[in-house]
Amino acid sequence: MTARDTILRSIQENLRAAERLAGPGPGPGSGGDDLISRLYREAAPRTPADRLALFEHNLRDYEAGVAYASPNTIAEAVACSLAARSLTRIAIPGGLPAEWLPSGFLFEPADDCDPTALETFQGVLTACTLAIAETGTIVLQSAPGQGPRRLSLVPDYHLCVVFDRQIVDTVPEAFVRLAASATLPTTFISGPSATSDIEMTRVRGVHGPRTLEIILAKS
Amino acid sequence: MTEPRSADFPHAAREVLQDSQLRRNVAHATDVIRNKRDRVVAECSSWQDLRDAGSAIRQHVLRHLDQYLLQFESACTQAGGQVHWAADAADANRILLDLLVRHNAREIVKIKSMTTEEIGLNRSLAAHGIAAVETDLAELIIQLGRDQPSHIVVPALHKNRRQIRDLFQREMHLDSLGDTAEDLTAAARQYLRQKFFSASVAVSGANFLIAETGSVVIVESEGNGRMCLTLPRVLVSIAGIEKVIPRYRDLDVFLQTLPRSATGERMNPYNSIWTGVHSGDGPQEFHVILLDNGRSRILRDPEAQQTLKCIRCGACQNVCPVYRQTGGHAYRSVYAGPIGAILTPQLHRLQEGASLPYASSLCGACYEVCPVKIDIPEVLIHLRGQVVRKQQATLTGKLGAWNLGMQLAAQIFVSGDRLALAETLGRLGQRPFVRSSGFIERLPFMFSGWTRFRDLAPLPAESFREWWAKRSTTP
Ligand code: SF4
Repeated sequence: MTARDTILRSIQENLRAAERLAGPGPGPGSGGDDLISRLYREAAPRTPADRLALFEHNLRDYEAGVAYASPNTIAEAVACSLAARSLTRIAIPGGLPAEWLPSGFLFEPADDCDPTALETFQGVLTACTLAIAETGTIVLQSAPGQGPRRLSLVPDYHLCVVFDRQIVDTVPEAFVRLAASATLPTTFISGPSATSDIEMTRVRGVHGPRTLEIILAKS
Repeated sequence: MTEPRSADFPHAAREVLQDSQLRRNVAHATDVIRNKRDRVVAECSSWQDLRDAGSAIRQHVLRHLDQYLLQFESACTQAGGQVHWAADAADANRILLDLLVRHNAREIVKIKSMTTEEIGLNRSLAAHGIAAVETDLAELIIQLGRDQPSHIVVPALHKNRRQIRDLFQREMHLDSLGDTAEDLTAAARQYLRQKFFSASVAVSGANFLIAETGSVVIVESEGNGRMCLTLPRVLVSIAGIEKVIPRYRDLDVFLQTLPRSATGERMNPYNSIWTGVHSGDGPQEFHVILLDNGRSRILRDPEAQQTLKCIRCGACQNVCPVYRQTGGHAYRSVYAGPIGAILTPQLHRLQEGASLPYASSLCGACYEVCPVKIDIPEVLIHLRGQVVRKQQATLTGKLGAWNLGMQLAAQIFVSGDRLALAETLGRLGQRPFVRSSGFIERLPFMFSGWTRFRDLAPLPAESFREWWAKRSTTP
């Protein structure tokens, strides 16, 4: 008998034994899921302005930088953020809108770069799939404009453009929107990486980008 | 937990309680995390509803565990993953070793996980000349110092900055190194980067497996997880069979409750969700090892089964008055604190950890905070009953002082007359032990444990029942 058979049989036998002792539970097809109470709040009645304000507050709370732009001035905001840190050579994913890229900087498509090559960049610019206001989270997937996961991981600086229509209030709302692309590699990012392992002192940026900045494009 | 654990909890606790520095650090760490947790939980208006939903989902999974595992296997396989089944720790280690030998790996990178500790993976690999590099900062500190973790969320809290500086400088061969938390973190970043870039295989645990999509979920803070999950060519995730959840959307519950409960954050810095292999992004070979190792047997007990709902957040440890005094070392088990006190003895069929169900005051704080509503006090009492019945089954247990004493107590408490008689005898018997302070400072034999750290008030000259009887006859 394979380990697979052993385990499955053991689960079935032990569940049956428990049932004999305690009475049967609801079956799977018999509306089992309806018995899972989902009384928790799935949405929040916030105005767009409140939602944006909350998102910004939570981003800053987790030490991410925030800048504002309108959909037509993204390139200017990008230039501003990069210039403030004197960054010039920036990795970009395939499919990133060309109009986001200001002149005077070196933007190089880097989807195919290996980690060593990625490390030579001073930063990375990406879009995102969506953002969650209540947790200050951006969600990235392996998709055009966002690139493979290593792209937003290896360079030390991550600049991400978020449109206000991409922001949802709650985590449950995010999962409704993500359902269609659930099987793409997905990363939830909430502030730069952090540790409190040494004497409970919070240090920002252990392995991921040490700096995370968000450009909020408000229509 | 493959090595024998000789010391039981009371003995081990006595040892660690001598270390006042460790006790201070544990108390501080648990306070900090607790306060953060309370703050972000208070922000969450439907916290109790989330606990109900989390509990219901996990309970539902356990009732249909075989079906959800099969569903996960088929979805993961379809997405290009390879699913293996391991009945016990030896099985899991062998499967992993075979994979590593096939890939000729001498060194692997690893994300901390309770499951890999449970099966003693590092030791098993070392025995075959393969080094497993821990990549969580605290685990790295522990590993380089050949040390033991002292807390689940902050395992290296017993080390101060200067000790870590000396350790890093020596083990990483650095000429000079500052001793701020920033300096030390930067040194670890540099040291591990080379490992991440060169390793061909990574090993991880899993926070959740999603049956519907075949996806695996890892929740982390430092980014070492993302490095391990995306850079090496081969990834092996080892997960307990109870880790599966039915659907993708069920994650919305746990991604609200787990980060808040574990580290007191609205969301931890990084969550990774991936499904099989994805061309051009991440490992091109992906294995999942589904580990039983005593779990399926726990399903047999309708009362204790709920133990398997656990999502390993550690919240019960931070509120436990016993854990806050002793820290993790005293449990002599991979799983410490209230969850360890119920999980460890069950995984080992009470062969190990039989003293752990007693390492609790039954105050109920663990149940209050548990995001999946495991009634830990109920399970503790249930397991104490099992421990006692097991002892009673042996002759020495049956004739032991505890059993006889308890049997006697049971005989006394059935009638008021017997109780009154026992009280009279007790008042006579205690006389030689009552000191001039009016307290009993030392008791003999099996009672000595009670007076080792505290004095005992003697039985009063008049019992409540006697007083009551007198009072109700006087008009
Ligand atoms: S038992 Fe403890 S570790 Fe497990 S989910 Fe409950 S609080 Fe968290």
